[in-house]
Amino acid sequence: MKATTGMTDIKDISGHIKFEQIDADTWSIRLAGSWTQGANIKPVEQVLAQLAATTPFARLTLQAGDLDRWDSRLPTYLLAMLDYCQAKNIQADLSGLPEGIQGLLNLARAVPERAGDRRSAQQTPALAKIGMMVLSGLADIKRLIIFIGETVQAGVSLMRGKARFRTVDLFLCIQETGPGALAIVTLISLLVGLILAFVGAVQLAMFGAQIFIADLVGLGTVREMGALMTAVIMSGRTGAAYAAQLGTMNVNSEIDALKTMGISPMEFLVLPRMLALILMLPLLCIYADFMGILGGAIVTTNAFDVSLTQYFNQLSKAVDLTDFSIGLFKSLVFAVLIATAGCMRGMQCGRSASAVGDAATAAVVNSIVYIVVADSIITLICNRLGI
Amino acid sequence: MNTPHITVKDLTMAYGDFVIQRDLNFTINRGDVFVIMGGSGCGKSTLLKHLIGLQRPARGDIIYDRQNFWRASDAERIRILRRIGVLYQSGALFSSLTLAENIALPLGEFTDFSRTEIADIVSYKLALVGLAGFEDYYPSEISGGMQKRAGLARAMALDPEILFFDEPSAGLDPVSARLLDDLIINLSDALGTTIVVVTHELASIFAIGTNAVFLDPETKTMLATGSPKHLLAESKDSKIIQFLTRGEGNVETTR
Repeated sequence: MKATTGMTDIKDISGHIKFEQIDADTWSIRLAGSWTQGANIKPVEQVLAQLAATTPFARLTLQAGDLDRWDSRLPTYLLAMLDYCQAKNIQADLSGLPEGIQGLLNLARAVPERAGDRRSAQQTPALAKIGMMVLSGLADIKRLIIFIGETVQAGVSLMRGKARFRTVDLFLCIQETGPGALAIVTLISLLVGLILAFVGAVQLAMFGAQIFIADLVGLGTVREMGALMTAVIMSGRTGAAYAAQLGTMNVNSEIDALKTMGISPMEFLVLPRMLALILMLPLLCIYADFMGILGGAIVTTNAFDVSLTQYFNQLSKAVDLTDFSIGLFKSLVFAVLIATAGCMRGMQCGRSASAVGDAATAAVVNSIVYIVVADSIITLICNRLGI
Repeated sequence: MNTPHITVKDLTMAYGDFVIQRDLNFTINRGDVFVIMGGSGCGKSTLLKHLIGLQRPARGDIIYDRQNFWRASDAERIRILRRIGVLYQSGALFSSLTLAENIALPLGEFTDFSRTEIADIVSYKLALVGLAGFEDYYPSEISGGMQKRAGLARAMALDPEILFFDEPSAGLDPVSARLLDDLIINLSDALGTTIVVVTHELASIFAIGTNAVFLDPETKTMLATGSPKHLLAESKDSKIIQFLTRGEGNVETTR
């Protein structure tokens, strides 16, 4: 078998094309040789230019008596010629071509292109693009408001004890969001505590004030980093998962199925997820606070000559319940934001595989933006209020 | 027998400015096996979405018995929805629940049955669709055809008055498709359920359809309504004849 391919390789692989004027009105084109991928063929533009250079004629006969091998290259070539003939009002005679090729050409031209079907790749002006971006932004805000409204409705029916969802689902979500995230929260918050301690210690040690590392780590973690880091972890972990789960259910018509059963997907799917996150994130935040403080303790006691008792003594003087509650309040706000971004993107997901990916990405990006903005606002307010 | 169950009046369906179908008028009678047919992209599935409350009409009304579906309050609409069952093209089973839990879901939400009663009903419905013993399987563990049948079992859970099928035979082998058709006929005969089927499967259309509407994608409206056999015999519209004969019969040659 190898020999034959070798043989064809050696053979001259090129397609030949020969022009001939038959009479005043008629030209003929003869095709011969190999018309395959990789064969050496004169570009069709050149042939058409040659035809255009002749005196006008009315008939073109195409013949392919000595054709060797051919693939899609030949019909493409011929179609370009036929288009040219049609444009110049030249009658093309295909009867000299092998039947197979004639069949393919007829098939390709059987359903002519309908006017308006082709998408023109015209450039949108920059101003129009900006306009479209603003419009889609507004549409996004509108969807967000609708979603918040629906969530509030679902929340109200929950308060009235009328919400329909399975308690099992709530516990599954809690299990998934809370205990499931413990390991990663432990690791990250411990490390953040370590980093805070190191960053502060280098500066404070210059003044012999290592003991104030406890203040720095304590306040930094309890007021800020504990809540922020858990929220960022959970938006990547849980927010994205919510968006992907709900998005896939949308693709699979499961959400439609719920609606036609008369069960509100907002109650059945969104409520348990929101509740789980709102219940679990503050708990995780408290846990992260302790882990962060522990991380700080490891650094201070081991590297900076402060005893564990001194550290905790200083800590208890620096951090009070207000600081703690501020962190807790923040994590509660973050929980609502993450759950909203995740569930909204999932519920409003399009109906394709790529839409699910987009929804998950958008959920994470949105919730991180919401978190940071909300955090700044809360910090600013606390600062003004002096708490 | 011929009491109207669903009446569609001057219905226009559109996505924004893009009209899918306009001026649809037809009646689905009690006990009908009603086929919504037409070429690809003519808006069959969109019409189904309007009938089952997933998409609001741009204009016109859909009337269930005497209740105007889209002008009713949300609570009333949910009450109407509770009388219908829908089998989606993909089955649309909840993938996180077992088959038994899927079917038990509407029963648990809307009835006062006890756990054991629900379990009995679930087994009975699964047996009806030939899936006895598959209670504890997850949807991902069974084949596409089985998922579809399980979806039917769930759609039938509350003994609906009307069952909607979206392309029931799509993706099924010919024998399974035939079995599903038989099941539909049985349901219609035994329970008197009104059945609405979206399909372009000719064999099914003639085997089960007692009434139909034909939607045309080009003129964006319905061309005819009536029993499929009657349409084939009587219609003078070349598009309908071509559709019902797989494009083999031209009006000129068949007449």
